[in-house]
Amino acid sequence: MTNIPETGRTPRVQIRLVVIQILVLSLLGTLGGRLWYLQIREGAEYAKEASGNHVQQVVEPAVRGSILDARGVPLADNETRLVVSASRTDLLKQKDDGKAVLTKLAGVLGMTPAEVMQKVRLCDAKTPQPCWNGSPYQPIPITDEATPKQALQIRERAEDFPGITAEPEAVRRYASPGKANTAQVLGYLSPVTDEEITKAQDTDSPFLRSDQVGRSGLEREYDKELRGKAGVTRYEVDNLGRVIGQAEATPAEPGSNLVTSIDARVQRVAEFELNAAMKEARRNFDRNTGENYKADAGAVVVMEAKTGRIVAMASNPTYDPNAWVGGISAKDYQRLTGKSSNYPLLNRAIQGQAAPGSVFKVVSTAAAVQAGYDFDGRYNCSSSYSVGGQVFKNFESQNHGPISLGRALEVSCDTVYYQLAHREWQKDGGIDPKKKPNDYFYKTAHQFGLGKETGIDLPNEVTGRVPDREWKQSYWKANKDAWCKTGKKGGSYVERIAYENCLEGNKMRAGDEINYSIGQGDTLVTPIQMATIYAAISNGGTLYDPTVGKAIVSADGKTVQEIQPQAHGKLPVSKQTLAQMDDALAGVATRGTAAWRFGGWPQDKIEMHAKTGTAEVYGKQTTSWFATYTKDYSIVMTISQGGTGSGASGPAVRNIYDALYGVSDDGTITEKNALLPTPQQGLPKIKTDGTIASPKISKDPAKEQQAFQKAAEEGTPAADGTQPAGTAASPEAENRDTRRRRRRGARGRGSRRMCS
Amino acid sequence: MTGANSFSVSGYGPERAGWTRLFARDSLARRLDWPILLAATALSLIGSLLVYSATRNRTEINQGDPYYFLIRHVMNTGIGLALMIGTIWLGHRTLRNAVPVLYGLSVLLILLVLTPLGSTVNGAHSWIVLGGGFSLQPSEFVKVTIILGMAMLLAARVDAGDKPYPDHRTVLQALGLATVPMLIVMLMPDLGSVMVMVIIVLGVLLASGASNRWVFGLLGAGAAGAIAVWQLHILDDYQIARFAAFANPSLDPAGVGYNTNQARIAIGSGGLTGAGLFQGSQTTGQFVPEQQTDFVFTVAGEELGFVGGGLIIVLLGIVLWRACRIARETTELYGTIVAAGIVAWFAFQSFENIGMTLGIMPVTGLPLPFVSYGGSSMFAVWVAVGLLQSIRVQRPMSA
Repeated sequence: MTNIPETGRTPRVQIRLVVIQILVLSLLGTLGGRLWYLQIREGAEYAKEASGNHVQQVVEPAVRGSILDARGVPLADNETRLVVSASRTDLLKQKDDGKAVLTKLAGVLGMTPAEVMQKVRLCDAKTPQPCWNGSPYQPIPITDEATPKQALQIRERAEDFPGITAEPEAVRRYASPGKANTAQVLGYLSPVTDEEITKAQDTDSPFLRSDQVGRSGLEREYDKELRGKAGVTRYEVDNLGRVIGQAEATPAEPGSNLVTSIDARVQRVAEFELNAAMKEARRNFDRNTGENYKADAGAVVVMEAKTGRIVAMASNPTYDPNAWVGGISAKDYQRLTGKSSNYPLLNRAIQGQAAPGSVFKVVSTAAAVQAGYDFDGRYNCSSSYSVGGQVFKNFESQNHGPISLGRALEVSCDTVYYQLAHREWQKDGGIDPKKKPNDYFYKTAHQFGLGKETGIDLPNEVTGRVPDREWKQSYWKANKDAWCKTGKKGGSYVERIAYENCLEGNKMRAGDEINYSIGQGDTLVTPIQMATIYAAISNGGTLYDPTVGKAIVSADGKTVQEIQPQAHGKLPVSKQTLAQMDDALAGVATRGTAAWRFGGWPQDKIEMHAKTGTAEVYGKQTTSWFATYTKDYSIVMTISQGGTGSGASGPAVRNIYDALYGVSDDGTITEKNALLPTPQQGLPKIKTDGTIASPKISKDPAKEQQAFQKAAEEGTPAADGTQPAGTAASPEAENRDTRRRRRRGARGRGSRRMCS
Repeated sequence: MTGANSFSVSGYGPERAGWTRLFARDSLARRLDWPILLAATALSLIGSLLVYSATRNRTEINQGDPYYFLIRHVMNTGIGLALMIGTIWLGHRTLRNAVPVLYGLSVLLILLVLTPLGSTVNGAHSWIVLGGGFSLQPSEFVKVTIILGMAMLLAARVDAGDKPYPDHRTVLQALGLATVPMLIVMLMPDLGSVMVMVIIVLGVLLASGASNRWVFGLLGAGAAGAIAVWQLHILDDYQIARFAAFANPSLDPAGVGYNTNQARIAIGSGGLTGAGLFQGSQTTGQFVPEQQTDFVFTVAGEELGFVGGGLIIVLLGIVLWRACRIARETTELYGTIVAAGIVAWFAFQSFENIGMTLGIMPVTGLPLPFVSYGGSSMFAVWVAVGLLQSIRVQRPMSA
């Protein structure tokens, strides 16, 4: 050991060994630091990820609540179908990933094996439909139309079908009781989208992948209530999805039932009569356009006058809401949303807007009284009214002489309103208005609730339009560039209009206010707005928010949450004036423009009030309006390109009243035939087991009512013979309400040029 | 001359007997490095718990017996201890004479792997299945024989007192000795083991006192080689992706990225004290693949938390610290080189193994010394411990 140092190592090796030691320790230090970073600093984050890793949830969907009519008849409910589903986790446990089982299953169900396998494969970017885009832990439905025999085959040989279940399940059904399909009011469901899932993630009612969501109508408005809460069982699973424990389970809470104020029978009658009226209108010749009326769309609203509740609401064209059940086919979807079918998904009672024509005169009358004109004053109903060289004619150039406002309503005298509106226009400063114009005619329209939603409990209601100074200004701003570009002095009609609009389209011109006073021009209203106004006139002046929903009743019937009628305003009319208007509108039904449609009506027992309207639309045929009310109901019908108010809509509205009150054409009231002589009170009973006590409903209440009328006719032949048998086209001369003053029918700013 | 002057176990005073002799001053028991022995034993026992936790539910590999892996791990530890005792008894110097034979045997074994006798486990063709549920991973043993072989060559002339440092010729010979098994292992391919061997070679060269030129030359060659592999597209893109997936799991989400991600979740969710032994959801749910072998550290991370994971690192630190001391304190270069080689091996393999579960090193199939399940690895590391002990026991007591 002589030549070896005591440490045994040369300095070079010693230094290197120290370097190695330091290196080694720093490596270990690095590990410790990283461990601290992952576990202590970021630990919470990873703990969250870990819990998401090993928990999977299985969803038991909640049964969607039913939508009931006022008496408990289900308009939308669920039917039990035998659903055969496959559990992916069970299938994957088999040696061939369940191929043999699925092939066998296809044989039982009468499908091809490929079809079945496509249904159970998971959707991803590369997999086209059909595929399953729900949770892979969820049983995947293969068919919801299994027969009991097929289900029995599967259940009896459960050992041959591991992972396959055949269970009865609730599927949405639109029952159409008594053929009332109520399509647009009910709406429809479609599967929830990814976006909605993310959006509702942190709310108190999150969506599940398998959820169906209300897309329109009541299904959408009351979606949250109807949907209920799905039951969720969380399982702890391992990396292969095998269940290793149950973490928590919440049972499904079925959705609540929605009781509506709709009466299925009245709804059916309304739908039937609307359709019949439109069919009839198409048989009539329109002298203005030289072809038959197109009657391309229509709507009718039956409202409880004292509450604003909707008893019936029909829109035409319509569709079968069951087309949406179980996923709509591409063909059906195309048809329902296409132009060729004229958009049957639209609920025209709340989404269709048109110029109101003479039914607007109740607003103008109230405006005139507000402006200080005496209701019983004398106003000249001349055959025409001239302003600055333009002539605004009365209907058929009739001359009634000096009449009261009430009489003006009765005979629908345009010239009376022309002169009042013109006078007010002048008082407000004419074409150069004073600083704060009174604008009685426009303010009154707003006070009547026009130009904004009525607040009905249905989605996507439209507002209509009151063409006041503000609107004119903004409309001009938005369009003046286009107008100024196309406008030409002394060009074609359209070019001239554009030229004038470019110059002074932002100004309220005399012709604008004059046209407006009889519901023409740029005025737009919806049927529901009109129904609300006429109901308000009936009930003493309260504008109710229309409601379809009446109560939300829990599935076991124990908790009832009533939906109370709410007012959104009062008519700006004194009691006295209201009474006078009421009288005048009764006069319309007895001796005015609607009298020929209410021949034989028992006016002493059921006081009928009505107003007709025939609105002109540039480039189209006239819109038929008919607004009516009794002390209980208000009914408004409109038919686009349908002809005159009383001519096209009159018989249908009369028939609906006949059905409501059980009135025969000759005026006798047969109580047993009456569908709903007074509005339905109280709510249907829902028992604790979820069953609903509802009355039986005949196969087709509309046909039944026709039969009643026929029986009555045969029993006591119409004495006066004035009943327009059937709904034959009435001679033009009789149709006093029709305004055919402007042949080429223009609206808006251009209309004052029409008579030059 | 060194051989004659050093102590040997058998040659130490036959006049004392029994336990007295065992614990007498300068006795074997007194000279043993107890911290290494205790730390290594503790690591093996912790390992058996972790292996049990990871495998008790894995019915597809434990043949229905939840204790299958536990029992085997404990058995392997026992065999390992026996191997250590045997190594101490033989003495590293005795073994020095047998190095050529051992080296030849180990190279033969890894050659066998390349023949049809070898089988592939988890993509690495590095196993010889012996039947009866036993299999051999010869690359583990090669790590030991490379250290011994290189040490023998490099230390021969220095320990003989002829030269202060190994000359170039000797270094070249030693490198050649290491390169042969490394090439074979690379063919398997078992890149993880190759990486370990490269580090071992570096450690050995450093400790041998070989010229700096060799050390830096080797480092430079390694870097150049890596760049060449990368630039010349010798590896397929997917291989590079797999390599890089440790840092960015999305590069290989279904393969290595999945492992990395799940491992990180498991460890991260452990927090300070962990979910409790057998309580980890990631472990119970078997989300981390290869959890009883390469990813055994994730069990500790999840179920024992920072405390348990830290303990394992500290225990490894004790082993390495003591091994470094042994390397420094022994009087002959042979012992120093062997100890340093073992330090390089243990340190890198531990760092790589734990580092990949923590997401700071690429994923390779390397076991964690003492802790991971696996007989070959367990035997090899315990033989290494035996060598360390023998080096310590057979040096003269410091004055």
